[in-house]
Amino acid sequence: MEQRRGSILYKIDWATVGLYLALAIMGWFAICGASYSYIETDFFEFLNPSERTGKQAIWMGVSFVTGIFLMCIDKRVYRNWAYIIYTAFILLGILTIFISKDIKGSHSWISIGTFSVQPAEFMKFATTLAIAGFTSRHDFDIDKKSFFLRSIALFMLPMIIIVAQRETGSALVYLAFFLVLYREGMTGLILLTAISAVVYFIVGIRFGEEQLTSLPCSMGHYLVLVLIQCFSLAMVRFWCKYERTFLTMFIINVSITLAGYWTAIYIISFNVIILQYCVIIFNIIYLLIRSRKHKENKNLWVVLFILGSLVFYESCDHVMHNVLRKHQRGRIEVLLGLREDLSGVGYNVHQSKIAIGSGGIIGKGFLNGTQTKLSYVPEQETDFIFCTIGEEQGFIGSTAVLVMFTIFILRLMWLAERQEDRFGRVYGYSLASIFLFHFTINIGMVLGIMPVIGIPLPFFSYGGSSFLGFSILLFSFLRIDADRSVRV
Amino acid sequence: MNNIHIEHRKYILGGAVIVILLIYIVQLFNLQIMNDEYKSKADSNAFYKKTLYPARGLMYDRNGKLLVYNQPAYDITFIPREIRNIDTLDLCRAIGITRDDFDKRMADIRNKRYNPGYSSYTEQTFMSRLSAEELARFQEQLFRFPGFYISKRSIRQYTYGAAGVLFGDIGEVSQKKIDKDPYYTRGDYIGTQGLEAFYEHQLRGKKGVEMLLRDAYGRIQGRYKDGAMDTMPTQGKDLRLGLDIELQQLGEQLLQNKIGSIVAIEPSSGEILCMVSSPSYDPRLLVGRQRGENHKSLSKNKQKPLMNRAIMGTYPPGSTFKTSQALTFLQEGIISHETNFPCTGGFRYNKFKLGCHAHAAPLPLYPAIATSCNAYFCWGLVRMFSSNKYKNVQEAMNTWRDYMVSMGFGYKLGVDLPGEARGMIPNASFYNKHYGKYWNAVTVISISIGQGEVTLTPLQIANLCATIANRGTFITPHIVSSIDGDTLPSKYSEPRTTMADKEAYEHIVKGMRQAVLNGTCRGANIPGIEVCGKTGTAQNRGKDHSAFIGFAPMDNPKIAIAVYVENGGFGAEYGVPIGALLMEKYLTDSLSEASREKAEYISNKHIYYGTEER
Repeated sequence: MEQRRGSILYKIDWATVGLYLALAIMGWFAICGASYSYIETDFFEFLNPSERTGKQAIWMGVSFVTGIFLMCIDKRVYRNWAYIIYTAFILLGILTIFISKDIKGSHSWISIGTFSVQPAEFMKFATTLAIAGFTSRHDFDIDKKSFFLRSIALFMLPMIIIVAQRETGSALVYLAFFLVLYREGMTGLILLTAISAVVYFIVGIRFGEEQLTSLPCSMGHYLVLVLIQCFSLAMVRFWCKYERTFLTMFIINVSITLAGYWTAIYIISFNVIILQYCVIIFNIIYLLIRSRKHKENKNLWVVLFILGSLVFYESCDHVMHNVLRKHQRGRIEVLLGLREDLSGVGYNVHQSKIAIGSGGIIGKGFLNGTQTKLSYVPEQETDFIFCTIGEEQGFIGSTAVLVMFTIFILRLMWLAERQEDRFGRVYGYSLASIFLFHFTINIGMVLGIMPVIGIPLPFFSYGGSSFLGFSILLFSFLRIDADRSVRV
Repeated sequence: MNNIHIEHRKYILGGAVIVILLIYIVQLFNLQIMNDEYKSKADSNAFYKKTLYPARGLMYDRNGKLLVYNQPAYDITFIPREIRNIDTLDLCRAIGITRDDFDKRMADIRNKRYNPGYSSYTEQTFMSRLSAEELARFQEQLFRFPGFYISKRSIRQYTYGAAGVLFGDIGEVSQKKIDKDPYYTRGDYIGTQGLEAFYEHQLRGKKGVEMLLRDAYGRIQGRYKDGAMDTMPTQGKDLRLGLDIELQQLGEQLLQNKIGSIVAIEPSSGEILCMVSSPSYDPRLLVGRQRGENHKSLSKNKQKPLMNRAIMGTYPPGSTFKTSQALTFLQEGIISHETNFPCTGGFRYNKFKLGCHAHAAPLPLYPAIATSCNAYFCWGLVRMFSSNKYKNVQEAMNTWRDYMVSMGFGYKLGVDLPGEARGMIPNASFYNKHYGKYWNAVTVISISIGQGEVTLTPLQIANLCATIANRGTFITPHIVSSIDGDTLPSKYSEPRTTMADKEAYEHIVKGMRQAVLNGTCRGANIPGIEVCGKTGTAQNRGKDHSAFIGFAPMDNPKIAIAVYVENGGFGAEYGVPIGALLMEKYLTDSLSEASREKAEYISNKHIYYGTEER
């Protein structure tokens, strides 16, 4: 017994623990910088439990203790309790919608005495367990539709619950599980679909109101149609690998598109969008004929992709103008550079860029940032915590934080890859994907290249629930990693 | 798909992580290193640079009496954008103005013609220079008028109601000055007239800056680095004037209801003891909220009380100028003090005649000065201009001009006040232009008696007198005798010499003493003091100007004075008694009973100047 305990300590990946502690401590100091106002002078005020920094320190302590406790639990326990924990948190999540107070429109907080907890932060842990548990079934095969759809349902369910709690940003995090499924063999078409959807959306909206040179049509609409042609041709060439079909389509598409555009510009002006629709309809008919005559079954998927793209674009346009609320539309428009609104929606990001930009190479020094201290950056202790680092630590400090975070994520991937069973690998990839998603969205938002989606930067943003939630995820995985030779 | 193929997906995922990292580092590099714009935006966000205004330097008279000091005043300002739901009538009641007044002020402020810098985002001055009492009611109710502010300023106040034109004025700096000197910003005060303008650099001190931190809501959150970056304002330097304020007051009193000037100089130092320009005004009128109105009526006054006639007015010096002629003739060897000239009721030359008054003739130099004989100096000039010492009349003329210039005429003397006039001393080419080559002494004869083309400022006349008192040297006259913590320009301590020798001057002194003892200025005699003097009666289009120069005591003189009263008649009528009273006041520090009565009498005398602009 004694010997076995010792061996667990030996098997723990201390490098990850070190990275975790380093990020946590840097995060705490960043919160000090963000919450420090010029009125306080005593540094020990930061440890006062009525201050945010003091509260965060308590939560960090709780998280460390929880982490030690989690590392004492055998891997098999996680495996066996996965569904039970998942079910419990799903129920708690549904309960939260009804019993929580309304805090700025959000229904995600449960108050216990003076402490408020956000159960959604722990649902990531529960979902990770469930996905890992499900995919490690002996008969699991991602290419079978039922398994694939059930695994998607496992993370779609908490996502829907969180949307119902009106925390759309946090709900988006669950999309990270697609990366896990991709690693487990999910077809790359889904990611292609996702990427093409994002591209259609950005191009369509960004250039939607602009005229295509001198022609009587929208540039955004035209570009989206051309992109649909490009993506579908790429699918035929690289995914279906029907060389002949591709060649025919390629020649027809390119020649008609170029000829049409040239004619419209130099000979007679007409709405080239109609021509592009004609080409796309030709493509669909051609693909259907090929699939009939030459048994090219994969063509049907391409047709589906084309139709889906068209529907998606039309609905984007509809959603953008008729469904989204004004502030949401504003965020998108500001992000796409359609609107400069520095006092309204664009204010956060503008101030955030000023704070970071003013840091220069070496920064202003700890507690010397003026923008964060004087509340120019909203949400500076939570979602915009990276501003404080940018302003006070400068390019060197913030790059160091980004690099450390990246190393941390890569380390988790590396740990996931060394797992000997699917349970451990899926668990590790889930973890890495969640961190990656948070990292990408949060930093991208603060740097002004992603839309403003309010999700925290793990270990940095102020908030006990999220810190504890991320710690639980990490420490449970560290124990699973330590037990990697145990087959479950 | 085979397992190996899927295994490779870890590289795709890892690669994606690194691509994201690189994109973010590039963006960080863009924001933090490539772009300076964010740094300055951050500074203008956070730093509120509050200007700390220094106290302007004070002014003291020669006896250490405080003349000019500072007092707090308040401006009511507003930011047009921030005004919300104001009860205009309430506001008018609080400030004590009428609704019409309010509307007019607002219209003027918004009128780009009067107020080119208008912007609805910046602070506009609604009313300026209010006293604390005038402001009290408005201050209490300030909270009811969002967008309105009170800003504290420091304005000038004066102990005595005299010497306004010397102190000058301060006013808001013009855009032209701001463009020239980066020290100033809009709304700063700058000396615009008189000593305030001339010694602006010494008086203004140095502004300080307080670096305050302003949060996102515009609230001040404290001082940046606990004030380590702040600079304290440096107070302006105090001026110590050579002026005797009591003498100045007496001079202004004596000249009331008359137009004219008095300049008194301490010969040994060149310090100006008093400089009166009449009509004068009480500088205290230009303080506070009545300033605007009073300033308007002063500047509209046809007798121009805001103009310093003592340095800006140019007059024919009349007979006071004869002293300079005698000096020139003596030095050039044209005459000796014993040379006699005839006077047959004036100067006659062929058909030309220039009148003189009755006195014994022929006569030598001293009586000629004492009785102010015109003929004597006309003959002197004729003898000089026809002397074969000079090639031609032109050379004689220019020699004469050189003497005059060496005595401080024809050019600005360089007093420490802005706006000094240079007067007029003609030269040969001036007359060549008018008369061609063929002209002689008779053509220009009136210059020998201080008439004709010659004009001087009262300051130049006083300086002539100081030079005689010094027997041939003078120090450029100046008002300020010293600056605390700074030095005066060296020209105010270096003696300048004229082209005439001390011996020549001694003769003039004797002649001027004669004039007081038994000549034209007997009225200048002060018991117990050896006074020297010379009257002047300058012809002009109207009644003669009354002039006088004098100094006392004869040996080791303490005061040299010039009095010039426009249309005052004979020199003895106004010039002599005023000069005598001021010399008595300065030398004995008081006036005798008889003199006080005389002073009272002269102060009450009124010269009518008509309604024409002067």
